[in-house]
Amino acid sequence: MDKETNVRVSSDLILLHDHDNVLVCRQVIEPGVRLVIDGAEVVAGERIEVGHKVARRDLSVGDKIIKYGAPIGSMTGAAPKGGHVHLHNMKSDYIPSHTRKVVG
Amino acid sequence: METLIEHDRPQLTGRLRADGRKGIRNVIAVAYLVECAHHVARQIVNKADDSDVHLIGFPGCYPNDYAFKVMSAVTTHPNVGGVLLISLGCESFNRERLKQVIEASGRPCETLVIQNSGGTLSTVAQGLEAVARLKAIAAEVPVVPMDVSELVIGTICGGSDGTSGITANPAVGRAFDWLGAQGAACIFEETGELVGCEKIMASRAVTPELGAALEACVQKAEAYYTVMGYGSFAPGNAEGGLTTQEEKSMGAYSKSGSAPICGILKPGDLPPSGGLYLLDVVPDGEVRFGFPNISDNAEIVELIACGAHLTLFTTGRGSVVGSAISPVIKVCANPDTYKKLHEDMDVDAGRIMEGRASLDEVGSEIIDVVLNVAAGGLSKSEALGHQEFILTYKAFDPLGPACLPLRR
Repeated sequence: MDKETNVRVSSDLILLHDHDNVLVCRQVIEPGVRLVIDGAEVVAGERIEVGHKVARRDLSVGDKIIKYGAPIGSMTGAAPKGGHVHLHNMKSDYIPSHTRKVVG
Repeated sequence: METLIEHDRPQLTGRLRADGRKGIRNVIAVAYLVECAHHVARQIVNKADDSDVHLIGFPGCYPNDYAFKVMSAVTTHPNVGGVLLISLGCESFNRERLKQVIEASGRPCETLVIQNSGGTLSTVAQGLEAVARLKAIAAEVPVVPMDVSELVIGTICGGSDGTSGITANPAVGRAFDWLGAQGAACIFEETGELVGCEKIMASRAVTPELGAALEACVQKAEAYYTVMGYGSFAPGNAEGGLTTQEEKSMGAYSKSGSAPICGILKPGDLPPSGGLYLLDVVPDGEVRFGFPNISDNAEIVELIACGAHLTLFTTGRGSVVGSAISPVIKVCANPDTYKKLHEDMDVDAGRIMEGRASLDEVGSEIIDVVLNVAAGGLSKSEALGHQEFILTYKAFDPLGPACLPLRR
């Protein structure tokens, strides 16, 4: 992440890794608030809480979500740039049985 | 890998040890070899009243190969200039063999056996004289130029909260990327908190065999914690905006940065070169001896046993610990915690949360503190006199052939 990238992302949002397609909220975002994402202004359409994810670009069903530069799940619904990404529109790609299997 | 932080690369100095490693400190370790000798050893350290005389030890009376390996590694750590062993006399710890290991490393070592030394007061008096002799010998060890690439740096987190994965942990990852690129060895651990990102981690391995071994480490940790009754890796923890298991684990994992992973270590194994390593702290075989690590300092001791000159400790709720032998640098993730505990914190990563600093700026500050402490500056916990040390029973198999692939 270079200094320029920081300037191009609104101060309400944290970009954790260059390759990420989501940003993390550091302040509560209220509907109607103007966000700057990669140099372009978008208007927030919904309330988003601190620590929650915001779409960095338009996301559609099946898109891998990249945070920390790594895939953390995929979209089950769409989210516009500046929209909330959470349980309602994304899921884990980790095999759930994996976490319940006792090895050995 | 991401664009590296730009940072200057100062020349350091270190104490040159016989094996070629260099120390950023020159500590005399006073080591009790069973709990029965702990008080006497502590009295020697307290009465020495010298910030370079540190108390370490193993409390158990029954023998344990792991404890012997860690004690051997810690007493021959490059930050150690000499060792005084305090034995009760009838414990099973092999004090003669440990002394041989220490002397073979070129360090002075003396042993006092309480049962043969006249009891508490007499042993303490003789111990203080021994410490003075050891210090005089250690002071003669030459100070030589040391490169950043010769550093070994560990990281752990303790007292994590929702801010840890957003501020302090990724900032440490940015610092790790820079330090690793300079040729330093960087070590991360806590496999029990990596469930869900083992495939992501495996994809960063320098060989497919190492990738498979990394996945196996996480599976072993998961199984072990499940038996201990703490298999609480339930997916769907939406608190604080986390949507998936892999996302939650990525918060802890982000301390490792984005460099390729070049090996797996177990406690007491030294990284053979610079680069990024996973320390596997979970015992092998059937579950025995209780929790893998009973508290944060047990993990710090294991990092030191792998040669760590210093440890980056990220905390959200706020820990105050330091360590014997190697300095601990505290990176505080939560801005409210920093306000309450700033006297114990080296870096205020909560500024990221407040919009007052970027990840790169905090990462750069972490590098500043690492280089300052490596150059002899005291970390906060060090200046406050924190010298915690814990070593308990464990069992490990040797590293498998996939763990440290040769890179030509």
